[in-house]
Amino acid sequence: MEDFRKHFSVFLTFFTPTAGWLVLLFFVPLGIIWVYSFGENISLTEIKTTWTLDNYKRMFEPQIITLFWRTVWLSTLSTIITLVIAYPISMVIATASNKAKPWLMLVIILPFWTNLLIRTYAMLNILGTRGRINDVLEWLWNLGDGALDLIGLGAFDLLGEHFAPIRFLGNNSGVMIGMIYVYLPFAVLPIYSSLERLDRNLLEASLDLGAGQWRTFRSVLLPLTSAGISTAAVITFIPMLGSFLIPNLLGRGKVDMIANVIERQFKSANDWPFGSALSLFLLYITFIILAIQAFANMRANKGRNDG
Amino acid sequence: MAKLKRDKPGPFEYSRKFSLRFSFFLASVFLYAPIIVLVVFSFNNSRRGGNVIWKGFTTKYYEKAFHNDALIEAFTNTLTIAFISTIFAVILGALTAVVLWRFRFPFKPVFEGMVAMPIVIPEICMGVSLAVFFSQFGLYVPAGTPYPFNLTNIILAHITFSFPFAAMIIRTRLNNFNREMEEAAKDLGATEFQVFRDILVPHMKPGLIAGALLSFTLSLDDFVITFFTSGPDTVTFPIKVYSMVRFSVTPEINAASTILILITLLVTAVAMKFQTFEESH
Repeated sequence: MEDFRKHFSVFLTFFTPTAGWLVLLFFVPLGIIWVYSFGENISLTEIKTTWTLDNYKRMFEPQIITLFWRTVWLSTLSTIITLVIAYPISMVIATASNKAKPWLMLVIILPFWTNLLIRTYAMLNILGTRGRINDVLEWLWNLGDGALDLIGLGAFDLLGEHFAPIRFLGNNSGVMIGMIYVYLPFAVLPIYSSLERLDRNLLEASLDLGAGQWRTFRSVLLPLTSAGISTAAVITFIPMLGSFLIPNLLGRGKVDMIANVIERQFKSANDWPFGSALSLFLLYITFIILAIQAFANMRANKGRNDG
Repeated sequence: MAKLKRDKPGPFEYSRKFSLRFSFFLASVFLYAPIIVLVVFSFNNSRRGGNVIWKGFTTKYYEKAFHNDALIEAFTNTLTIAFISTIFAVILGALTAVVLWRFRFPFKPVFEGMVAMPIVIPEICMGVSLAVFFSQFGLYVPAGTPYPFNLTNIILAHITFSFPFAAMIIRTRLNNFNREMEEAAKDLGATEFQVFRDILVPHMKPGLIAGALLSFTLSLDDFVITFFTSGPDTVTFPIKVYSMVRFSVTPEINAASTILILITLLVTAVAMKFQTFEESH
């Protein structure tokens, strides 16, 4: 690496376009919504920056607090379920033969290359009350009911009189299934790479010293891959927190998350200052999460170097 | 007996354990079943509620999609945006990668963080801020601007969110560049520009192509940012499909989606082919 003063003109030719682009089309726009978040609507089309804090105060209205709470818990629960599904998948890929590994990885990654809208639409089709998921459930119900008949319990209608389709759309379950579906491939990559880097001898040692499979998993494998798990958690949680399309289509407008309310401020409600304040709030949460993770990583690295 | 023992999976051969294999299988079903159902039902001969009851095989919804002018226009727009934004994203990405790789300068970590920001911030924040920016400064391209300049706002937005990804990929490629080649060229009298054109760019080429393919798919894929920066006359494919879905669910949407899935698969296959080709050489 060389000092930028040595070839200053070369440095400038490379540096200026990027920096200029970023400032003009990324930071200036963010700056504008920052200023707008302190403004108020004075007419339909005009916004005056009065440096009022009203837009931020409105975030403490019960409606908005409920919205934040729903967004956070839906994303948290979906992240946890995603991690629980992603971990065994990563274990399988990490311990597969070298020939099978890239193919197994491809199986998990390929859906990620498909358009987000198309994947959400695909989910919309199978989650309906007459969709494919309920078809499968009905088939299982008939199977169970038949089995009960067979053993002479048919008269009690243990499974209910008829098959009752489960509603997934328009409630939390549909939104969560959608988010898990879309972000599962994100979670596999970091967990997989932390499993790859793991020293297998440590697992052998644990077994040799008398710990069982489960104990080894809990006390050796999980702690040693915690960095991968936390990365996976962050990179699934952040996009979930800001997801717009999934709650919009799968929640049928009944399960709003922050992004849906932001969209409404800019499109139908036409309250740009409040929308700006909400977007910035989402942005701050993202930064806080990233900062916490960076801090945790720093501490983990320091601990490793000291010990 | 010995053979039997060998066939039993060892303690850490997770990939050979039935329970784990089965969970991998279930996850694959979860990931693929919705897409397969979508593709299958694009051939369903039923107009209303096309995704509920199978009513026989037909390809008429593909014909219908190909004759839907609005859909075709949206599709052309999407491809145009992807092409143009990819070119700029790769150029900007390459410049960024070279700056970060070659120079030491004050506040470099800050600059690195700035470049990474479009990758990490929620899409909706970027979409909203660009929409406000364009409208506030009267930068919205007026309706009736000739094609493809009517797409300028969307293209600018797409370049902004995709070039940091391209920069990341190109930078990884630069890390294994042999600086001595550059010095040798300079000793032999090559100018900065010649070194860049004849040595650095050829070395970066696989990175440039990988970055281009990633930018291209990111652009094809984007919904949220386009949703905020597009106008009524500049509809892209995802935006058009979204409005169709909101209106009613028909096999035509399935057909259109299937075509886009095929295109993305093709791009991905080309990208992978190229990568394995580069690795073997």
